[in-house]
Amino acid sequence: MHYTLHFGQVTPEIPYLLWGALISLELSVMAFAGGMVIGMVGAIMRLRGGRWLSRLARWYVTFFTNTPQLVQIYFIFFALPEVGILLDPFPAVLLGMTLNAGGYLTEILRAGLASVHQQELDAAETLGMSHLQTLRYVILPHIFKVVMPAMTNQYILMTLGTSMAAIFGVEELTGRAFNINSTTFRSIEIFLLTGGIYVLVTLAATSLLALVGRYAFRARVRIL
Amino acid sequence: MSFLDIHDLGARYGSLRVLDGIDLSVEQGEVVSLIGPSGSGKSTLLKVITGLMKPDRGRVTLAGAAVDYSNRKSLKAARDRLAIVFQQYNLFGNMTVLRNVTVAPTTIKKRNRRQVEEKARELLDRVGLGDKLHVYPDQLSGGQQQRVAIARALCLEPEILLLDEVTSALDPERVSEVLDTIRLLAKDNIAMLIVSHEMSFVRDVSHRIAFMADGRVQEIGSPEQIFDNPQTDRTRDFVGRISRVGH
Amino acid sequence: MSPDFLSDLPKLFTFYNILLWGEAALTTLLLSAVGCIIGMIVGFVLAIARQSRRRALIPARILSGLFVEIVRRVPFLITLMLFFFGAQVLGFDLAPLTIALIATSVISTAFVSEIIRGGLETLKPAQLEAAAVMNFTPLQTLRLVSIPQALPIVIPPIFGYFVLFIKDTALASQVGVLELTQAGKIMTTKGHSAFLVYAVVLALYFIVSYPLARLGGYLENRLVLSRHS
Repeated sequence: MHYTLHFGQVTPEIPYLLWGALISLELSVMAFAGGMVIGMVGAIMRLRGGRWLSRLARWYVTFFTNTPQLVQIYFIFFALPEVGILLDPFPAVLLGMTLNAGGYLTEILRAGLASVHQQELDAAETLGMSHLQTLRYVILPHIFKVVMPAMTNQYILMTLGTSMAAIFGVEELTGRAFNINSTTFRSIEIFLLTGGIYVLVTLAATSLLALVGRYAFRARVRIL
Repeated sequence: MSFLDIHDLGARYGSLRVLDGIDLSVEQGEVVSLIGPSGSGKSTLLKVITGLMKPDRGRVTLAGAAVDYSNRKSLKAARDRLAIVFQQYNLFGNMTVLRNVTVAPTTIKKRNRRQVEEKARELLDRVGLGDKLHVYPDQLSGGQQQRVAIARALCLEPEILLLDEVTSALDPERVSEVLDTIRLLAKDNIAMLIVSHEMSFVRDVSHRIAFMADGRVQEIGSPEQIFDNPQTDRTRDFVGRISRVGH
Repeated sequence: MSPDFLSDLPKLFTFYNILLWGEAALTTLLLSAVGCIIGMIVGFVLAIARQSRRRALIPARILSGLFVEIVRRVPFLITLMLFFFGAQVLGFDLAPLTIALIATSVISTAFVSEIIRGGLETLKPAQLEAAAVMNFTPLQTLRLVSIPQALPIVIPPIFGYFVLFIKDTALASQVGVLELTQAGKIMTTKGHSAFLVYAVVLALYFIVSYPLARLGGYLENRLVLSRHS
């Protein structure tokens, strides 16, 4: 087996790929933010929603965590037009990723909320804390300490998941790798390089989230 | 030469010197105890003898053979002659009591399975656990686990038994059951090197006692000498202090 | 394409189509199962190499650490494409299913290895010291002490990963493997309603995944309980 790697044809494309990585980043941050909103509503519904709202939230989680994200996006992109909902690739992928993340984040945040004990709230009250102070100094730090590792992990998985957007024609990092592949045919070099960029991007994200967790919430997250 | 002979033994954790020239010997069938303040190097000495920590100077001779701790064969030969009981018992959580006792003699030393099992049952009977053969360690109290650990060590038929603070992780009411077990063994003519904070037990069971401080043996002598007529100020100070708190 | 989904439904489940769906569902399970079984075997070796303190094994330790950390940070799709186009460029004539099996095995090896490493780390080092003093060889310690204790700890999360991985294998459709997602694509090109087809695909994934997820939860509770009984 003789194969020599030639990165010569590929290296000029690095800036093109990096701009694509920015689109991946945009997609993951937006989907994560949307997923957090769904997750918070879902977690509160699960814990405080009464019988039907709690059930509704559980069904949502069960559906989205037991079917593939890719097929969920297929459904949005290819099936919804039949009932008159037409979305461009980027919004379709974003919607799919957001709904999917909402399922996983509901479970993560529910575990975090459930870990706050009544005694802690009582203790805060006997210390004479206001509701806002209790939220700021007791509840939020506690929740974040519990959920930070799982949330970091979820965000990393979502960053990797953005590569699915290429399948629908979004020219993010993987989409641009496909483009270069079809013009240069230096497949091994391109996918190695692209993989390397994903490694760096996710490493940077983990480090940043670990720092945020450590300073804002004194939560420990493993970087490696 | 003594059965276990230690000369000028030194060891350190990084830059911290914990053993600084230990000289000590244990004869065949002799019970020697190590006492001294925490951090004096007693447990470290047992770690070095058993090869869990490398010495950086000095010599250990076991049954006439110098132990080379960086040579696997030599270390294996030394470990074949000794057994150790740890402070935290260290039983294998995935094995029943009986299996804990028989695993090393049968699978490592390749002794006859039936004979080993018979001996294990006898030993477990002796430590009062004859009815617990098929339970798992986490179903036993600390004192019971420690007695299993002692049976496990004895089933190896060691020529010398090392005991590392075997009662310090136990509830006070469990201490005597373990000490009584060891008292019985001491009558069996097996050599023992004991690290313990139980002074009345140590005095009762030992032929000789070594007082350690700062990684050295400061004084060694009969129990009467160490407790009633210590020869150095440091020993006198230590013994005086512990007898005042009522050990 | 007709928006009248219900009239299309029977046509989606003709005898031959049912065979196709069945084969596709089995392929989906196969991809995940093979990936996880190979992942368990190789992952164990890698986890042990990463744990080893022996000087002679330092290169193996570094390499397995790099492998696990890198593979877990590259998208499945990129790994799949690397193997797919890599095989072409290097002149290997491999079936898409073979390529997908190789890629899923590599990926699950990295993830499962990390789970196993976590399991091995929960073992008390003191037991290993006891084994060492009793002259257990490193291999005997693994066989008699570490693996029996790590297995009940790692089986539930590995099973959980296997269930998650079922959904990830949907990407194998991108190299043309006939699994559930690809079956859906084929059905839509045959003119069936995409709405109906993808609803069926989602339902089939759910039927495969949900009972296994429940089983995983049960497994986790039972093993946790049995360790404390």
